[in-house]
Amino acid sequence: MTQGTIDVDPLHLATRGRLPRYATLLIAVGCALVLWVVFALTPAQGRADFLVALVLLFVVAQFLVSYFVEGGRKARDRLAASAAVAGLFAALLPLAAILGFTIVKGLKRLDIEFLTHSMRNVADSDPGGGAYHAIIGTLEQVAIATLFSVPLGLMVSIYLVEYGRDRRFARLVSTFVDVMTGLPSIIAGLFILSLWVLVLNQGFSGFAGALALSVIMLPVVVRTTEEMLRLVPAALREASFALGVRKWRTVVSIVIPTALPGITTGVMLAVARVIGETAPVLLTVFGAASINFNPFSGPQESLPLFVFDQASLPNNTAVDRAWAGALTLIILVLVLTTAARLLTSRSALRGR
Amino acid sequence: MASDVKTKEGPVSPGTVSGTSGSDHGRLLDRIFRRFTVASALLVLVILVAIALFLLQQALPALRQNTANFFTETRWAPDDTPSVFGIAALLYGTLVTAVLAMTMAMPVAVGVALCLTQYTPRRLARPLGYVVDLLAAVPSVVYGLWGLIYLVPKMVPLSAWISTYFGWIPIFTSDGIFGKSIFTASVVLAIMVLPVIAAVSREVFLQVPRENQEAALALGSTRWEMIRLSVLPFGRSGLISAAVLGFGRALGETIAVALVLSANYTISAHLLTPGGNTIAANIANTFGEAGTIGRGALIASGLVLFVITLIVNFSARAIVARRRDFTAATT
Repeated sequence: MTQGTIDVDPLHLATRGRLPRYATLLIAVGCALVLWVVFALTPAQGRADFLVALVLLFVVAQFLVSYFVEGGRKARDRLAASAAVAGLFAALLPLAAILGFTIVKGLKRLDIEFLTHSMRNVADSDPGGGAYHAIIGTLEQVAIATLFSVPLGLMVSIYLVEYGRDRRFARLVSTFVDVMTGLPSIIAGLFILSLWVLVLNQGFSGFAGALALSVIMLPVVVRTTEEMLRLVPAALREASFALGVRKWRTVVSIVIPTALPGITTGVMLAVARVIGETAPVLLTVFGAASINFNPFSGPQESLPLFVFDQASLPNNTAVDRAWAGALTLIILVLVLTTAARLLTSRSALRGR
Repeated sequence: MASDVKTKEGPVSPGTVSGTSGSDHGRLLDRIFRRFTVASALLVLVILVAIALFLLQQALPALRQNTANFFTETRWAPDDTPSVFGIAALLYGTLVTAVLAMTMAMPVAVGVALCLTQYTPRRLARPLGYVVDLLAAVPSVVYGLWGLIYLVPKMVPLSAWISTYFGWIPIFTSDGIFGKSIFTASVVLAIMVLPVIAAVSREVFLQVPRENQEAALALGSTRWEMIRLSVLPFGRSGLISAAVLGFGRALGETIAVALVLSANYTISAHLLTPGGNTIAANIANTFGEAGTIGRGALIASGLVLFVITLIVNFSARAIVARRRDFTAATT
């Protein structure tokens, strides 16, 4: 804030003292020195402990110094700012640890053999083996799930945007879509288990897994496409109507093509969300050690399920395979999310 | 771009396009298309109702075989004769881990969202926001694996420290064994839901009208006072939605909890002691060996989870709706 030429300061911000910019650094260094002495004299130790203590001490010290020099309002302002920044670091550190740890551990086994071999005739304690069967399974299941949920989700969002408007039924559907978004993924798995495997007696298969995944995908697709369709300018629709084009034709050849980049983004994000789902797949695909190309009969494997199974084993070789699988999953998600991002930033209609 | 061509050329030659007005054929297609979208919308309702019905239908036979009270029994042995199982311990673990995770994650997530929208310069805020979005998409099994291999050993000294200095609080007393406890599971859950809540809160804070913020600043408020006066009140209902989304995730999270919790069926207030279980983790852990009644019992527990998430969802909607009425009345 600049003081300019105003000489009256009713808020007493400028009349109170003001900390110079280097004060922050000074306080930080002071805190570090004090802590260093404390850590040298007492049994307290450890780099992580030091860092946490330093942040806490700094936040408190800055507040106190500011309180006595600048007054309460400024001090609270500084407290809030440093607390928010501390929150950001508190959030990013474990998340950075997860990514870093997965990359380091995963690279150990993410090799050609891992990508081209299954677990057939590989014992838990063997160093070899791979996730080829799991990758095949995941790709097939997610592809089928996309095939189901995207057209259906698109139709639902067309109803909500083009036909429903503020109708009671549309609001009800909208509520139910919200509820479905909050549905735990394991419930989707239990549902398909009950319906497909137990009632219809179709057995565990990749297709059953795809059904469960599409239950999870559907609300995500509806929400994102709905948002995109709403962004299509009403003028485009009106121009089309004015030329005598029917509504369905307007939707199919004007609204959808205009919103297409955004819809594609939404679908990619939905795929990224669903590709790592373990719980529903566990209950419907069941898992297998060998390659099964046919998603319609017999248990398959899936990548997240592979990671879960290998992680539950006591052998280090298995845990290494789990890490490699986890890294593969993260790479898949990363590629999908980044591609979706790039697509949005290039499209004419932008969500935000 | 192909889409542009279509938007320009599609309606230009209406005579050759099927589906222009004036033909009965077109009117029929219009009606069919409309019916089709309505049917799709109806299918959403059907799916949700079918979930409830099929879970109930599969749960009932097992519940009939049960010789214990489903809601008060803590043991879980549905395939024994006589069959004994109850949801009490699972329900307790589910709620405690989710609530603990939310108390840890919510303040940090709001801090992150505030930091990204109010404090960081825009050039830094965009990539950081992207990182948060990305982390919200990291599969839960990766969090579980990391929690099992990396976090559980690290939680042992932390838990020991807490129990040494805060052991006088009953929930932190311990018999000296730490690790795969309710506390650890909550920490993993907190780390998992944090990016989800932060991503939604960030969107909410971005929607706050600039005028409100600038008005507060123009009246001489500090940045924090501006946040308290304009950003937080405006974002309150959005924050509630974010919290509910995170709470729902924490309640239903399966794989991560299954990996980091050493499962047993006891209700213990000692958060640092290994043990405890959640509904979802129990399904993942015992599904493989479950018999017919066992599967039915697991589905029954899933039904309870389903009902809980419904209650949470609808009560949050009610709160948000009331808030909206309130703000609509004042503006």
